[in-house]
Amino acid sequence: MNNIFVYLEIEDGIVGDVSLELLTKGRSLAKQLNCKLEAVAAGYKLDGIGAQVFPFGVDVLHVADDKRLFPYTSLPHTSLLVNLFKEEKPQIALMGATSIGRDLGPRVSSALFSGLTADCTSLEIGTYEDKKAGKVYDNLLYQIRPAFGGNIVATIVNPDCRPQMATVREGVMKKEIKDAKFVGKTRKLEVAKYVADTDFVVEVIERHMEKSKLNIKGAPIIVSGGYGVGSADNFKLLHELAATLGGEVGASRAAVDAGFSEHARQIGQTGTTVRPKLYIACGISGQIQHIAGMQESAIIIAINNDPKAPINQIADYVITGTVEEVLPKMIKFYKKNSK
Amino acid sequence: MSFKIVVLAKQVPDTRNVGKDAMKADGTVNRAALPAIYNPEDLNALEQALRLKSKIEGATVHILTMGPARAAEIIRESMYRGADGGYLLSGREFAGSDTLATSYALACAIRKIGKVDLILCGRQAIDGDTAQVGPQVAEKLGLPQITYAEEILDLSDNKITVKRRLERGVEVVRGSLPMVVTVDGSAPNCRTRHAKLTLKYKHAATPSERQESGSDYTNLYDAHPYLNITEWGVSDIEHDIQWLGLTGSPTKVKQIENVVFTAKESKRLTATDVEIEDLMKELIANHTIG
Repeated sequence: MNNIFVYLEIEDGIVGDVSLELLTKGRSLAKQLNCKLEAVAAGYKLDGIGAQVFPFGVDVLHVADDKRLFPYTSLPHTSLLVNLFKEEKPQIALMGATSIGRDLGPRVSSALFSGLTADCTSLEIGTYEDKKAGKVYDNLLYQIRPAFGGNIVATIVNPDCRPQMATVREGVMKKEIKDAKFVGKTRKLEVAKYVADTDFVVEVIERHMEKSKLNIKGAPIIVSGGYGVGSADNFKLLHELAATLGGEVGASRAAVDAGFSEHARQIGQTGTTVRPKLYIACGISGQIQHIAGMQESAIIIAINNDPKAPINQIADYVITGTVEEVLPKMIKFYKKNSK
Repeated sequence: MSFKIVVLAKQVPDTRNVGKDAMKADGTVNRAALPAIYNPEDLNALEQALRLKSKIEGATVHILTMGPARAAEIIRESMYRGADGGYLLSGREFAGSDTLATSYALACAIRKIGKVDLILCGRQAIDGDTAQVGPQVAEKLGLPQITYAEEILDLSDNKITVKRRLERGVEVVRGSLPMVVTVDGSAPNCRTRHAKLTLKYKHAATPSERQESGSDYTNLYDAHPYLNITEWGVSDIEHDIQWLGLTGSPTKVKQIENVVFTAKESKRLTATDVEIEDLMKELIANHTIG
């Protein structure tokens, strides 16, 4: 009772990184709250799941193994969680801010009348004082997220409703094994007890899932462009520099919205969070929503026309100049001096 | 045969073009400095609705929006592009709603509209980026949902077939109507205004707007009932007050801050050959690159 639950995203029998990252975060929150960490696996042929998640410190793994639960559809997975949560009364429930978690989370929160905060960038435990009601709440989950296009950061709490629900994007939390030898308890769920036949109303006819070709999250060097790059054509310079240095190309939301780059490359609160050893920000002004997704980069170089661009504040090197001017020089002098 | 499509739409501050005066000195948002626009993905949803309208005999498209009086602008905008009309849900009782209270209010309004075959809306709104209202409205109405729709491939025999755009691929799904479908930004852009429709609906207005303008066009609205935009307050919908507004919102904002990132001591360089070459040498020497 009153434990922390993480919903596991599973594709081809493999638990997604986003879920393992949430387990890592869930483990540390559970320690702070002195409660257990539990996980829910819903799908088909799930025998290998335990071995993947127990090292992250999962005390109890709930398994709903049924052919009809894969691929994911909204209503059966919603019913499973809603009925399981009614039984288990978790205090916190976490899921990935993915196309599954963002389909499932709102539906579950609506059915349970519990608050859900989307796309959190940080989760902490703290107190909350409701001055109007004269009540103080201890050990609440602070759900921290940028809001308003990333111009502000809001701390959201759910004082009265349980579970406190939050979604988090892939790559935002760190993934860390707690104990490779740890084995928790597995609890097999009788699916028919939780999911009604009438829940299977949407049928998946076709499905093409690809392993993402881009690996922005894992790239050691990222050359990233913003609206200031000016055109899709100028983005070619970024690709050239990235190829020269052995890195990947990223983009800000403004650049993606303007059609300079594709969404899969978007870095920031509504894209991917990255921590490369070198981040080269080209023509990026530095809205908070972008900075939130790259501020932990080891070295940041900002290339910008505007010497007062906000991104310069967090940069190690600020080059005042245009992309057309600076990037060819970087390529030229890298080639000249390497080897 | 009638086929009623309702598009849920929202007027939002344009958070994508935030200028320098968007934030006040105390760290709160200066809404007045941000232009109000039609939420972009709701326009993608409207386009899907208008395409169905042209294919299905007797189909109608109506907009449902919750917001202040000026939100009627997006209903008119939809009519200029081909929608038949709309409903504005407005009132201070709705203020302070989080996504759940918003969804409850919208669900009550949809029940009031009556028999609806298909509910479309944008995947998410740019002021919150939560993507919660679509699925929550579906849950409140006890309807199934299809999120992240890129294209409605087929609608026949009371079944809808939808192509979904997911982060790692595509999926084609099929389900029975009525259904809530949320439309992704990768779906086709909305058509622009139609000149004749823009003329036809130029004077379309809610009762509050007519009162506000002060001019007496009663005859005009009597002669052309399609110019009346429906406006509902809290007393017009069947509701339980505890699920509305602030009290109906389980999430509370504890704190809002303007984030100031810890400034680093940066090295300032100019774009000269010497300075760029020195930088590249330094990065190679400390094994950051190469």
